Amino acid sequence: MFISTSRSDHSYVLCSLDRKLILATQSGLPLVPDPWGALGEELGLPADEILARFQRMQTAGVIRRVAAVPDHYRLGYRFNGMTVWDVRDDAITDMGRQVGELPFVSHCYRRPRHLPYWNYNLFAMVHGTSREEVEDKASQIHDLLGDTCEGHTILFSSAILKKTGLRLRKS
Amino acid sequence: MSAMTESLVTTPEFTEVERAVINRLQTGLPLVHSPYAAVANELGMAEEAVLNTLQDLLDRRIFTRFGPMFHAGEMGGGLTLAAMRIPEQDFDSITAKVNAFEEVAHNYRREHELNMWFVLATEAPDDIARVIAAIESATGYPVYNMPKEEEFHVHLHFPV
Repeated sequence: MFISTSRSDHSYVLCSLDRKLILATQSGLPLVPDPWGALGEELGLPADEILARFQRMQTAGVIRRVAAVPDHYRLGYRFNGMTVWDVRDDAITDMGRQVGELPFVSHCYRRPRHLPYWNYNLFAMVHGTSREEVEDKASQIHDLLGDTCEGHTILFSSAILKKTGLRLRKS
Repeated sequence: MSAMTESLVTTPEFTEVERAVINRLQTGLPLVHSPYAAVANELGMAEEAVLNTLQDLLDRRIFTRFGPMFHAGEMGGGLTLAAMRIPEQDFDSITAKVNAFEEVAHNYRREHELNMWFVLATEAPDDIARVIAAIESATGYPVYNMPKEEEFHVHLHFPV
């Protein structure tokens, strides 16, 4: 069951048909000229109904988009650095926004510290074709943060251990 | 994205058709009748060529998936980033145990004392704590939960 505790004010409640659609497509959209018709046949619904539901879910933000998820290593972006920063709490929201606007930052979040073991509260993901490129971008972030930052490190990824995307249980 | 594009002289070899499909299909498929034909039309290609190229990119694992990208938060589910510190000699066996949880959506090895980083996605927000406890008990190692407290930016696009 879905519980509406999302961040958005107008949470979309999935009905059982939406759920079936998600289950039918979470491993992929049919690669045929009429994917909505193919799904409709599977679920016993007209193609128009399927398409309309997809449009509705995308408008509501339940679906970000229907798109390809690349293996970025195989596209040549072999170096992905999760840069993590210890930013003063009174500066984090402002600095987070500025770091997030840098063109080479793909994700940027504030996350909790785990003191005394982990004191980084700002995460900015940086991708590049070499380690030096990622380090150079991290130093640009460092310059931007200035004295609001009390420490940082870069966690390079060395292997993708799993990548399946978000899944619903088939229950 | 200019900084990224510039540095891509060392990208793997792709044909012009592959490049066009890779770049176009990372952004959204139009939600219209015959969507692949619409994309083909945009790219000045045949629909069949788009479908065949897409299938080939999936077969070669250049794309890991093609389909709807769900937003767990908007679906009312739970989502978090979690990290573990696993000794080298146990790394493979612990990886198998962690990956066996279907709530583990992505898992990356990283060069740090915290060397395993994974995204957990659950249908209900309350499930996160339960799954973390289950992973700790299955592996015998602590899990550091690092849910996002503020989102500043998400834009994932890799031009080739």
